[in-house]
Amino acid sequence: MGTVFEETRAPSMGQEEDNMAKVTLTVNGRTMSGECDDRTLLVHFIREKLGLTGTHVGCDTTQCGACVVHMDGRSVKSCSILAVQASGSTVTTIEGIAAQGELHPVQAAFNQHHGLQCGFCTPGMVMTAVDMIGRHGGALDEATVRHELEGNICRCTGYHNIVKAVLAANEEMHGAARQAAE
Amino acid sequence: MGMEGIGARVARKEDKRFLTGKGRYTDDMVVAGMKFAYFVRSPHAHAKITGIDAAAAKAMPGVIDVLDGRQLQADGIGNLICGWMIHSKDGSPMKMGAWRPLAVDTVRYVGDAVAIVVADSAAEARDAAEAVIVDYDELPAVTTSLAALGDGAPQIHPEAPGNLIFDWQIGDALAADKAIAEAAHVTEIEILNNRLSPNPMEPRATLGIYDSAEDHFTCYTTSQNPHVARLVMSAFYNVAPENKLRVIAPDVGGGFGSKIYIYPEEIVCLWASKKTGVPVKWTSDRTEAFLTDAHGRDHVSKVKMAFDKDHRITALKVDTIANLGAYMSLFSSAVPTYLYATLLSGQYAIPAIHANVRTVYTNTVPVDAYRGAGRPEATYLLERTMETAARELGLSPAELRRKNFIRSFPYQTPVIMTYDAGDYEASLNAAMQAADWDGFAARRAEAERRGKKRGIGMSCYIEACGIAPSQAVGSLGAGVGLWESAEVRVNAVGTIEVLTGSHSHGQGHETTFAQLVADRLGVPISSVNIVHGDTDKVQMGMGTYGSRSGAVGMSAIVKALDKVEMKAKKIAAHLMEADESDIVIENGELKVAGTDKVLPWFQVALAAYTAHNLPAGMEPGLKESAFYDPSNFTFPAGCYIAEVEIDPETGKTEIVQFVAADDFGNIINPLIVEGQVHGGLAQGIGQALLEEVRYDEATGQILTASYMDYAMPRADDLPSFTLSHQNTPCPGNPLGIKGCGEAGAIGSPPALINAITDAIGIKYLTMPATPLKVWTALQGAAMPMAAE
Repeated sequence: MGTVFEETRAPSMGQEEDNMAKVTLTVNGRTMSGECDDRTLLVHFIREKLGLTGTHVGCDTTQCGACVVHMDGRSVKSCSILAVQASGSTVTTIEGIAAQGELHPVQAAFNQHHGLQCGFCTPGMVMTAVDMIGRHGGALDEATVRHELEGNICRCTGYHNIVKAVLAANEEMHGAARQAAE
Repeated sequence: MGMEGIGARVARKEDKRFLTGKGRYTDDMVVAGMKFAYFVRSPHAHAKITGIDAAAAKAMPGVIDVLDGRQLQADGIGNLICGWMIHSKDGSPMKMGAWRPLAVDTVRYVGDAVAIVVADSAAEARDAAEAVIVDYDELPAVTTSLAALGDGAPQIHPEAPGNLIFDWQIGDALAADKAIAEAAHVTEIEILNNRLSPNPMEPRATLGIYDSAEDHFTCYTTSQNPHVARLVMSAFYNVAPENKLRVIAPDVGGGFGSKIYIYPEEIVCLWASKKTGVPVKWTSDRTEAFLTDAHGRDHVSKVKMAFDKDHRITALKVDTIANLGAYMSLFSSAVPTYLYATLLSGQYAIPAIHANVRTVYTNTVPVDAYRGAGRPEATYLLERTMETAARELGLSPAELRRKNFIRSFPYQTPVIMTYDAGDYEASLNAAMQAADWDGFAARRAEAERRGKKRGIGMSCYIEACGIAPSQAVGSLGAGVGLWESAEVRVNAVGTIEVLTGSHSHGQGHETTFAQLVADRLGVPISSVNIVHGDTDKVQMGMGTYGSRSGAVGMSAIVKALDKVEMKAKKIAAHLMEADESDIVIENGELKVAGTDKVLPWFQVALAAYTAHNLPAGMEPGLKESAFYDPSNFTFPAGCYIAEVEIDPETGKTEIVQFVAADDFGNIINPLIVEGQVHGGLAQGIGQALLEEVRYDEATGQILTASYMDYAMPRADDLPSFTLSHQNTPCPGNPLGIKGCGEAGAIGSPPALINAITDAIGIKYLTMPATPLKVWTALQGAAMPMAAE
């Protein structure tokens, strides 16, 4: 049977049209489409079909948060959504938050406060932090930041400098907003 | 120091790519024609393989091939090795059982690789792996070291009767026994050091690419030491000669020791790429990481510490059993011996020390170096013993430690090490002051009024970093030298590339190493690039582990810079018609001291490459390399204090404050050093409160193979930390650096457990101190010594 197989190799994923779904997303402001298996997770679609490898996979159980992206304005773990479920939505990934090469205030704060080491959890941390700061309207304290980072695991930093960076970015973003209002 | 030189808090150069999603990790690599691998793994802890039927799997959609261990063996791929020879006290060599990259006859732990499936997609490879039928005859399994040494225990390797790998000793048993017999007081304690999984956030991955035209292999891999990987795969695993094998470790998402080793998957994917004719990528999932990444710790020890009537330690006697798992991983034998027992003197003058260490096989994941590697085990044992002794003797923990501190250097311990410099009292004082130790009684009383149990504990650690010199480690059994290499290339326009054998997987070398160059030459760090992680670009180097990249890796850069500076000065002296000895390098310029003659750095570099006007006989170019072999280990040390509050209703421990006072020698970038301490503390606190790899003893099944079961420290498990430094420069290397990567993980567990046992007034408490254990202890129940 092994030798028969060599000649009659079954068709690969690409040819099995009935299991394939077309997914269209607006990612970082651009409309992008691709075909994928029904079972393909959004994170794999983003990484493999769209070539945006900043979003990472660090676990199999929706615990680590390395895959956090924003979908229709909310932070989600892209490992726990099927690509087909996400079709039609607007997605922002880590590649999409720095405007014209200028780091987002959260990215800048992570740099300034050494909130990253190996960088693997960083995209998810940053996306979670951007969402967190947006939701709290400036009212963030250390306990809240630590509590809300519960779904993002970092093995390098001990979180100390991540917490500092999130609080500093919060101050920067909402402090600036307050100043503008005054 | 300058804005960007040594000592400056420079934000990291490498951050931008990580912050914008542009990091390039192994799993991000895509090459034309690339296919995907999934490994068929043993579901049994111990079994005979009686047959493998891959026919159905091979017929599944997208499957290219299924390959097994017999084919691998037939192609001459070698077995995995342990690279550090240890001899038992009877003189016999350690008893190493065969570790085949793909098991052939026998599987010895759950996760042991049996076959590889290569398919068009990772999902198809995984589907097909489910369809590979492996017939097993199950054998009895054993997971704990004590049980493995017991009568009638399952025999795991024929080479190691009774599962004993070696029975090794260090120190003077007679002197220790005599001192114990004559002691005014002897403290006895049993110490368990819990098994951990390193858990870098990036799972291991590899991409094997075989080029049939060149008969050449390229291996992308998540490695802390790509050159060592190439050496081992060439010299021992017979994958390819070194000139036909390029190993690239691109951005690597953390290591903590677990990415030192060369695992079966790299070897098998390279081989499979040649067999199938396609590039083969494998990426571990998290459960596979728990099943296959080398674990850490897992020691069981009995301790006797003897004191004279003045409370001075007169002897320490230790009997340790270390569980090495199912196979001997690359440096597994060194961890419970030369990285552990040689540190048993701690910060204390102990006239007699004896340690006996037995290592055993069990049906568990191989155990090797994990952040600290032997030194956390030594520190935990000593500092739990010191704390217990202080309580027995009625002394304060600080007083007992102060009485026994080593105070003059160099200090020769009875267990090989010669400590070169330190000031242990300075760290102790700084930590106690930062923690407001004297105010603790009032805080405890206040907590008591709120119904909480408050405790405080300290730990005074020492570690040995930058394992060296090569000749010495060779005499102790190491299969490699532990030097480092560097090359400094000055480009014709004056910008600089530093090629280093060190490998950064979070440590910030691209910034720190550039700061060294900036400090020496006065050029901005933006003009300095650090190149690492590619055996085609960088000359042979030894990689990053054991907190060695500052002390050893940067010293090699210093040596190369010395040579570059010397040549640049010769050129400048020639061009400015001055004496070479009058040339000084400052702020990116070469000046003739005491005159206004000056040449910018780039002009000297350009002159070196145009070679129109060089001193007679001088070769063109400005590029130098160096190999640096240290004269000794370095000895970072410090004092950590934990203060905890326990809720007696739930047994939950809250860390109220955590103070770290460290002596790392000279510091290049305080921002990065602090980050290293924070991360180490988190891992040490994780060990003390949360983390443990657990097995079902009856079946050998791992019970903690996901983040649902293995408690990783989260942001809300940890406090913010209070750090300080009391630095005594290391006299052994040109920059006075000691190393800072592991201290946090070494010093913190005993501080935590000392604090918790202080809070609840008990002697024994095993790690991790879960709420259940603490609550049980509070009910007055006796603590079982073995992990329950």
